[in-house]
Amino acid sequence: MGGIKIRNGGALTTIQDQGRYGAQEAGFGPSGVMDRRAFRIANALLGNKETEAMLEATLLGPEIEFTETDCFVLTGADMGATLDGVPVAGYRVFTAQKGSILKLGFAKEGVRGYIAFAGGLKVPEIMGSKSTSLKVKLGGMEGRKLEAGDEIPFLNPVAKLRHLERRSISHSAESRKEWKIRVVLGLQKDYFTDEGIEAFFSTPYTILPESDRMGYRLEGIPVTCKETVDIISDATVPGAIQIPASGKPIILMADRQTTGGYAKLGAVITADLSVLAQAAPGNKLLFEQVSVEEAQKVLKTERDELKKLERRMNRWL
Amino acid sequence: MEEISILTAGDSAVTVEFDRKISPEVNQKVTAFAKALAEKKGKGVLELIPTFRSVTVFYDPFRISYGKLCELLQGIIENLEVTGEQKKRIFYIPVCYEESYAPDMHTVMEHTGLSRQSIIELHSGRDYLIYMLGFLPGFPYLGGMDERLATPRLSTPRTRIEAGSVGIGGSQTGIYPLDSPGGWQLIGKTPVRLYDQRREDPILYRAGDYIRFVPVKEKEYQEIDMHCRAGNYHCQIAES
Repeated sequence: MGGIKIRNGGALTTIQDQGRYGAQEAGFGPSGVMDRRAFRIANALLGNKETEAMLEATLLGPEIEFTETDCFVLTGADMGATLDGVPVAGYRVFTAQKGSILKLGFAKEGVRGYIAFAGGLKVPEIMGSKSTSLKVKLGGMEGRKLEAGDEIPFLNPVAKLRHLERRSISHSAESRKEWKIRVVLGLQKDYFTDEGIEAFFSTPYTILPESDRMGYRLEGIPVTCKETVDIISDATVPGAIQIPASGKPIILMADRQTTGGYAKLGAVITADLSVLAQAAPGNKLLFEQVSVEEAQKVLKTERDELKKLERRMNRWL
Repeated sequence: MEEISILTAGDSAVTVEFDRKISPEVNQKVTAFAKALAEKKGKGVLELIPTFRSVTVFYDPFRISYGKLCELLQGIIENLEVTGEQKKRIFYIPVCYEESYAPDMHTVMEHTGLSRQSIIELHSGRDYLIYMLGFLPGFPYLGGMDERLATPRLSTPRTRIEAGSVGIGGSQTGIYPLDSPGGWQLIGKTPVRLYDQRREDPILYRAGDYIRFVPVKEKEYQEIDMHCRAGNYHCQIAES
């Protein structure tokens, strides 16, 4: 069975799904996609199961050849994609013929682009997931980023999806330099001074270049602690906001470690992790405090919209 | 029973904190709590990360509300029964504390006021309980380090620390099983592969086992390293 052949891997393209769960207590972080929302939409538009693995490209997308006909969709960052030289829009399903070349360039808006294939990719599941963990060198394509010459077979390619022309949603990529990110305060919040917490929620923080899938390092007014930020290491959660002694926050992302020894001010709400995934180094973040209940309401609204989209697409399968 | 708190950890997890200190007694409560809660998994409780003195509980907010979850956890806390001790299994880990393997030895010497030799003797002269695994697959958080060795973490973490590095972070000590960023003060290095995908059980030990560091010279380090590379080094293990 054919699939795709990588002609150029781009800056950092990996195979990801929803993540690897169940072994966090042994220290295995879940990894998985950074922009969960773009991931879910891509699978919904293709009529895939919601956890099907796809490619996650970063800043500079890959160039790939189809060695078998299949339908595909692009979501997330706009990387100015072309199929055999013809521009292809994001959030709209297309068919690529055997021999076609899909080429992605630099991200015009956003950071992470997703390339999903109808029927999914044939990649071995390790501990229940196809996700690449670069740190552990596990999953995906031998635990590493994709390189020229790599071939990934399709699982169940679909040359013709029903109602292809209606498999799209309107999506305008946001051209932003400043992002509003909601945060639930908690964990070791009592380690920090009122002034420190005040600064965090009232002044902008800039994403530093040394940010990656593991964590976003931020520059801004230091979040001051009362005595120390050293804690007896405890568990982290996705989006946890760690404050090292420098007072400069680090937000833990998809490749996060499962435990850590810096005090945590709180955590970015799940829905806004997808927003953060598309924020680039140099962009500014403005944090807003919300309650757990509010955060869960936002998540529910997002889930309901995704479910609605999935139902609409599945009607046509 | 002292104050046990349920801390908010974002919108899909909470942390049940038993204490803010490291002790075998606190850790036993953690183990007992995790065991009791694991039996109730499936009611919206997804996954647990037990640590020294807390258990982080990941849940599905669409299946169990924040309020209901807190009630469930409170109920388990109130009925907690701590079980007896485990048998002791000790892993002997060779460590080279020499200059080229210990970039932060001088920081630790300055901070503690101890000589290199005293640091080595204090660090290697005892068995450490593995309280938990975390941060990286197989990273052992060890309790029981001599308090005289305590040194704060780096104010800005390093972006890359080599696998096998042995460090001190605050009042804790541990080993990096993989190349990784990290903020611990590095005082030595082991050639032993703590995490090896080639092994049937990729992680060498489990929480509840003990580790003892054995000082080795550079020459011995390199010999062991060669065996580890070939996959034919077997760590010395003692059971009691």
